[in-house]
Amino acid sequence: MAKPMEQIKWRELEPGAVVTEVGSAREYHTGTWRSARPVVDSKGCIRCGVCWLFCPDAAIIQAAEGHFEADLTYCKGCGICARECPTGCITMVTEEEE
Amino acid sequence: MGGKRKGIEVSLAIAEAVGQANADVIAAYPITPQTHIVEHLSELVANGELDAEFVPVESEHSAMSVCCGSAAVGARTFTSTSSQGLALMSEIFFIASSMRLPMVMALANRSLSGPLSIWNDHTDTMMVRDAGWIHVFVENGQDAYDHMFWSFRVAEDPDVLLPVAVNFDGFILTHVIEPIEYEEDETIKRYLPEFRLKNALHPDKPVSMGCFAMPEIYTEAQMSREDGLVNSYPAIIKAWDEWGSLTGRQYHPIETYRADDADYCIVTMGSYGETAMEVVDTLREEGEKVGVVKIRLWRPFPFDEFQGAVLGKKALIVIDRAISFGGPGGPVASELRSALYKKEGAPAIVNYIAGLAGRDVSRNDFRNIILEGKAKAESGDTEGFILYGLRG
Repeated sequence: MAKPMEQIKWRELEPGAVVTEVGSAREYHTGTWRSARPVVDSKGCIRCGVCWLFCPDAAIIQAAEGHFEADLTYCKGCGICARECPTGCITMVTEEEE
Repeated sequence: MGGKRKGIEVSLAIAEAVGQANADVIAAYPITPQTHIVEHLSELVANGELDAEFVPVESEHSAMSVCCGSAAVGARTFTSTSSQGLALMSEIFFIASSMRLPMVMALANRSLSGPLSIWNDHTDTMMVRDAGWIHVFVENGQDAYDHMFWSFRVAEDPDVLLPVAVNFDGFILTHVIEPIEYEEDETIKRYLPEFRLKNALHPDKPVSMGCFAMPEIYTEAQMSREDGLVNSYPAIIKAWDEWGSLTGRQYHPIETYRADDADYCIVTMGSYGETAMEVVDTLREEGEKVGVVKIRLWRPFPFDEFQGAVLGKKALIVIDRAISFGGPGGPVASELRSALYKKEGAPAIVNYIAGLAGRDVSRNDFRNIILEGKAKAESGDTEGFILYGLRG
């Protein structure tokens, strides 16, 4: 985004608040919403990709080593990945405990 | 100037005007008393007389959704509804204006349930008064025909980009046969340029419409919307002026009849203006200094023109066609009271609510309302509202 949302003046908006910049949702870091984070035990991960499929925010990425993990910039901490993981290698850890 | 004169039902003339305006997409669901408009448009498309996409949707919610999609790609878009249909599409109705999607709605005004009624008043349109659309009220068949072209012209103006609702009284106008002067297609072509939407949806230049807005940006988005509606005013006037010079029929946001030297004016919106003018003629013969003020443009509200027309009068007798339950009176009167608050020379306002759900308001009723309203104003009895003709 050309400017952070909280700095945009009303006259700078396109009519209808149309967003003309492609892919601007990337600038919106939904990870700040999170109260719990998925922690992956990479040794238990069988690389099936179920977490990647189920993540409603496309916030699961495949690490260079091959296992899957959360992209914490965007992960809202919903816990769906932990619930769906067939091996149970994802644990939700509350942020306060970190 | 001027085409051929035709005796035709107003609904059919509206449909034919939409055809002459060369609409690209029509999405509507039939509902009384708008039905003949939609039926006739579907005939025009089926017979090959109008090259448009006619979408026979399964509900009004879908009708307005289709209209949003079609306007978003830059297609000339038309819909029509009434009452419960408007209520069902209300969710998307607000979205059309927030996304600044130009389209035209012929809104055949009808009461809302309950009790269930199919007849005319202004309850339905008052429900969406604050939805951010341009609202205009027409008085007769010619007026309705003319405003189909005007509304496409205004809606699609690059300086406007807003949906326009043309309000016209159900049955009183929809089902009445009137002589209507048709304009030549060539005149319409001159008046109505091709629709080009700057930020239209197109794969070559992707944009996002209807995005989620966090508290950090929602206020700015609403101000931009308010600014868009208020600043549509010059384009609205220009479109009326150009129509006037092309056809000889000139329209104004506020229109008056024998009001210049009047002490008391009756204020109407829609078809009631015609009866009011006749009754004022009779009262003038009897020596009453009365006149008519007609509100044509309801949103954006023409504050300056309204004040210019009424400041200095003794009183306005305002006829509302809807009740604001538990509020300060009829929606029109309360708005006018607010428009005149603390203005020097502001007339008193006596508020009548009349003609709910098609109850006939005759010439004699208008006469009673004007004379009784004048007496009430003279005695300072101007609080609240009077539900005219109420038994008990």
